[in-house]
Amino acid sequence: MLQRSQHLLGIETLTAAEITFILDQSKPFQEFQRHPLKKLATLRGKTIALAFFEPSTRTRISFATAAARLGADTMNFQAESSSLKKGESLIDTVRTLEAMRPDGIVIRHSSSGAPYFVAGRLEIPVLNAGDGTHEHPTQALLDALTIRDRKGKLEGWNVSILGDILHSRVARSNIHLLTKFGAKITLCGPAMWVPRELECLAPSVRRVTRIEEALDSADVIIVLRVQTERIHEPALAAEEFILRYQLTAERLRLARADALVLHPGPMNRGLEIDPTVADGPQSGVLEQVANGLAVRMALLYHLVGGAPVDAPHPAKERSNAAD
Amino acid sequence: MPVVEKRQLLSAEEIGRTLQRLAHELVEKSGGTKDLALIGVRRRGVPLSQRLAKIIRTSGGVNVPVGTLDITLYRDDLSTVAHQPVVHSNEIEFSVDGRDIVLVDDVLYTGRTVRAAMNGLFDLGRPRRIRLCVLIDRGHRELPVEASFIGRTVETSDTEIVEVRLQEIDGEERVMLVDRVS
Repeated sequence: MLQRSQHLLGIETLTAAEITFILDQSKPFQEFQRHPLKKLATLRGKTIALAFFEPSTRTRISFATAAARLGADTMNFQAESSSLKKGESLIDTVRTLEAMRPDGIVIRHSSSGAPYFVAGRLEIPVLNAGDGTHEHPTQALLDALTIRDRKGKLEGWNVSILGDILHSRVARSNIHLLTKFGAKITLCGPAMWVPRELECLAPSVRRVTRIEEALDSADVIIVLRVQTERIHEPALAAEEFILRYQLTAERLRLARADALVLHPGPMNRGLEIDPTVADGPQSGVLEQVANGLAVRMALLYHLVGGAPVDAPHPAKERSNAAD
Repeated sequence: MPVVEKRQLLSAEEIGRTLQRLAHELVEKSGGTKDLALIGVRRRGVPLSQRLAKIIRTSGGVNVPVGTLDITLYRDDLSTVAHQPVVHSNEIEFSVDGRDIVLVDDVLYTGRTVRAAMNGLFDLGRPRRIRLCVLIDRGHRELPVEASFIGRTVETSDTEIVEVRLQEIDGEERVMLVDRVS
């Protein structure tokens, strides 16, 4: 279902069948996390370049661990300590990385579309680990896996996304993914963060201003991280945000009794989410982290595994290789 | 790839009788069923392992645990194939530590599948012993691997293929020797 050397740039262009395939393929890797010996040799000899032009801890560690458990090596490239600080252009940096002949590249960049730019110029698969305010496809996939596991299926839920939708690539990827499976999406947050244009992203996306309205009959609630630098007076004081939009235990009772609460992390406890909700039985936050590993292992296995396109392996000629 | 059937190696009835014999040999040579567990290698080793366990249960009344192993992630030809094979879950509900494991597969050929299966098992724990049970041994080994329990040994040429058809997977029951048409 997935072509080797295919890129993973965004959810928008994936079909529901491709998404289902990735989620199905993540299952054996979920089970693998429980093995006493968490090391495979499946991608032995492959190198994955981790090019994080924007600081990231969780996603980078998740990709690095996924690669390591598959037996691949990683080349780390981080913005804080890189030549980017010395004014090198994106394409020069990427070509430098390519010259070291990795078999795949995972890229995070603060500019929307940067992974597309890179994918158009490289022969190896490019995996988007978050680009600007555009997409964060692996986050949406791990969220979908968590929803499918916890609620038994992925199709047709009422999903409410709370907080700073405008700046959130997590929200965009989730909207694209979940609406392909018939979800009804409700967006809720301060008006300046929930512009009308977001309703054009997919059918059955609506905006509401009151959190009580957003939570009414919600099956899944995705709480977004609020960038604290965006909370300031006079536009929006932290106290006001907490008062009007924090997901509290009391408010959670307005949703369906079995509603699932997700958060992409890292959480601002006491700002967008109340600690009792974050640690409560309806929270799926830690499963999200574990599922992130499984999804990324499945993607690396299918996209980076196999023979390089330009170098057919002599053994390829051999038929009946697997008896 | 066009193939032509050359001859039938085993009929449905012969498969049944062979499994009966293998099940009895298995119990006999294990010195009882204590710690014994069967693990079927996906795909056709799975129904075979389940049938062996059923025969052991009906003849001696003991329940031998049965598991399923997917060897995809342990294959040694993954860096040469164009499309990555689909991965399946293992279904092994018991700890393999200290167990007397019998791997069950349909055909023993190069030995590479068995090598992969052993690697997969080691990731799950440390069995006390691993033995191999196959319905057909067709020769042409590429690794130092031999089976402890063999249904039938068949002389084959390199171009021939042994096709095992099982009711649970293929909707019919027989073993054939087929040849590639060039």
